Amino acid sequence: MSIGPRPEGWHPPALTPAYRSTRLRAPSHPPLAMPPGPAEEAGPVFGHLSLGPLDGDLLVNHAAPGETAIGPRIRVHGTVRDEGGRPVPHALLELWQANAGGRYRHARDGYLAPLDPNFGGCGRVMTDAEGRYAFRTIQPGPYPWPNGGNDWRPMHVHLSLFGHAFAQRLVTQLYFEGDPLTPLCPILNAVPSQAARDRLVARLDMEGTVPMDLVAWRFDVVLRGGAQTPFENRAEGL
Amino acid sequence: MRETPSQTAGPYLHIGLAPEGRASFGRDLRAPGVRGEAMELGGTVRDGAGEPCGDALIELWQPDAAGRFPGTPGADSAFGGYGRCACDAAGRYRFETIRPGAPFVSLLVFARGINAALHTRAYLEPAEDDVLRAAGDRAGTLMAAWDGATARFDIRLQGTGETVFLDF
Ligand SMILES: [Fe+2]
Repeated sequence: MSIGPRPEGWHPPALTPAYRSTRLRAPSHPPLAMPPGPAEEAGPVFGHLSLGPLDGDLLVNHAAPGETAIGPRIRVHGTVRDEGGRPVPHALLELWQANAGGRYRHARDGYLAPLDPNFGGCGRVMTDAEGRYAFRTIQPGPYPWPNGGNDWRPMHVHLSLFGHAFAQRLVTQLYFEGDPLTPLCPILNAVPSQAARDRLVARLDMEGTVPMDLVAWRFDVVLRGGAQTPFENRAEGL
Repeated sequence: MRETPSQTAGPYLHIGLAPEGRASFGRDLRAPGVRGEAMELGGTVRDGAGEPCGDALIELWQPDAAGRFPGTPGADSAFGGYGRCACDAAGRYRFETIRPGAPFVSLLVFARGINAALHTRAYLEPAEDDVLRAAGDRAGTLMAAWDGATARFDIRLQGTGETVFLDF
């Protein structure tokens, strides 16, 4: 595994004042750039994890027998690759989201929208040998949040990924093409460039839809590392 | 193709990263049969105003008692080397693990207001390495303080005594 330095200006910086919570939580010093060593090039191995058949099916994994979650039925799928373009097999992807009304099943979420007794909002899947993953869920609703003004989170799904190296660890959010709230979001807009923000937007995939059942959204993920990004400029790279 | 950009894990990270009733990635790394000397590692996460971050989540990654990382040849097969702990309301986290055969363990901090996970190291003993050298006069923020079998490692996100964070 060859892991290059993170490029400047691609990820969101720590301090993005329009996202108010960063003001007291962003370190004032920049992080020390270091070449990855054995601790960062190795990573947790999840081969022992046997995922349940419903772990990747949020439509039913919290539902009473015979019932399903309320909301537009969707399937999200894509491929996890490294920066060299190679698929990442057996990558663990965990996800969480609000229900169709924009309410989380969380003690600290007091939004007016009701909980759905048949929706938990938590799932996990693993990529197959070709790096592909898929999960079924409902389209999450937008929700208001306290950020000092009239702020609304666009429809989004939180994603957490492990590759094979600890340095590949990634937590991000998936947005939906065409949501008018997306361009207004201070959290998404913490990402500096439009090109980078576009990478967080899932695309409607009519080919992947299941007629009379669910709409598909395509979302590919790229984790760090890979043959085409050698750690070139560091004297002490491994 | 560049890496997918990071986004904050947000205030509701517990739903996905620390769901109730799923013990896969807990704060106890001492599975049956794990070799090594028991160690607890814990501390408090505070923000730039010194307030505890009760909604943060810490991930731990470390080698086994012989210094081998899980998945590498000869590693202790009973030891996963990886754990997660959601902070309590007072911003405290705590892991039950074993003393690694290496000077440090790696930590990631996730929380509302953190756009990309903050990566740091808790050094359990003095070491001569590039990270501590590069940290210079702030290297003390990377040193855990021992109290018996407990290593205390407080994390200050911003301000006085700000923890050194690393970009690997
Ligand atoms: Fe959210």
